[in-house]
Amino acid sequence: MNRLDFTATQSIESTLSTNKLIKNTYMLLSATLVWSALMALVSMAIAPSPMISLGTSLGALVVLWFVLPRYANSAAGLWVVFGVTGLLGFGLGPTLNYYVALSNGGQIVATAFGGTGIIFLALSGYALSTKRDFSFMGGFIFAGMIVVMLASLAGLFLDMPGLHLAISAAVILLMSGYILFETSQMVNGAQTNYIMATVSLYLAILNIFTSLLHLLGALGGED
Amino acid sequence: MPGFFYRTGKTMDWVKIFSAILIVGWIIFLWPRAKHWMKNSPKAKEGDWMAAILPLAAVVGFVALLIMMV
Repeated sequence: MNRLDFTATQSIESTLSTNKLIKNTYMLLSATLVWSALMALVSMAIAPSPMISLGTSLGALVVLWFVLPRYANSAAGLWVVFGVTGLLGFGLGPTLNYYVALSNGGQIVATAFGGTGIIFLALSGYALSTKRDFSFMGGFIFAGMIVVMLASLAGLFLDMPGLHLAISAAVILLMSGYILFETSQMVNGAQTNYIMATVSLYLAILNIFTSLLHLLGALGGED
Repeated sequence: MPGFFYRTGKTMDWVKIFSAILIVGWIIFLWPRAKHWMKNSPKAKEGDWMAAILPLAAVVGFVALLIMMV
């Protein structure tokens, strides 16, 4: 085999593995989103206290932190992903119940749900079709996330509705950038683990959904 | 990320304290990746930022449209 053939074979193999990664990621992401929505419906029906909801979110963080990295390269990682997304979906229940109780709550939740889907599909499609490397945004996005977290921490103890709205708007922008970043990581071979890619995209979608819900509730409804 | 807990208007202290623990947990979780990317992000090439800003601007416009619709 001459060098040209070898390079062509390498390129085909690389394209095939990228396509497989993208296919696996989107299939697992779809399944986890459905699972998470089911858990959110169960949580809405049970109506647990906010403390339980916080507990499930803290549990998801612990699993993400300590368990997922150990199993991300094995089939057991799939169960961990469903565990994390189930816990996070369950944690959404009280928030959804709050918005559904508003006069136009059903419309707000449906709009946030549809809007999140459109944002994700459009950004992901854009990153897949341009094949541009968005990894230059990494520092900006992660620094932004830390700033938003610190602002959220301050927002807990300061009664500033404007700050909460600004945080939600910033989260939507940062997570939109993160979808571009993570998708380009998959396309360009920097991300090779579909379990980790799924969890990253799932968290971006969840954050866009909750922030959009907040913005629509506050500016379009009666928050 | 954990902001939706306090956005529901529940102002009980223990909810705030637990939310604060959760936020600090997320900061600690994100910090190593943030540090890595802040140090090792490749430099943007010409046109890269424009290629990122255009879809993000579209997202801003879309969200504004959704707010007007509701």
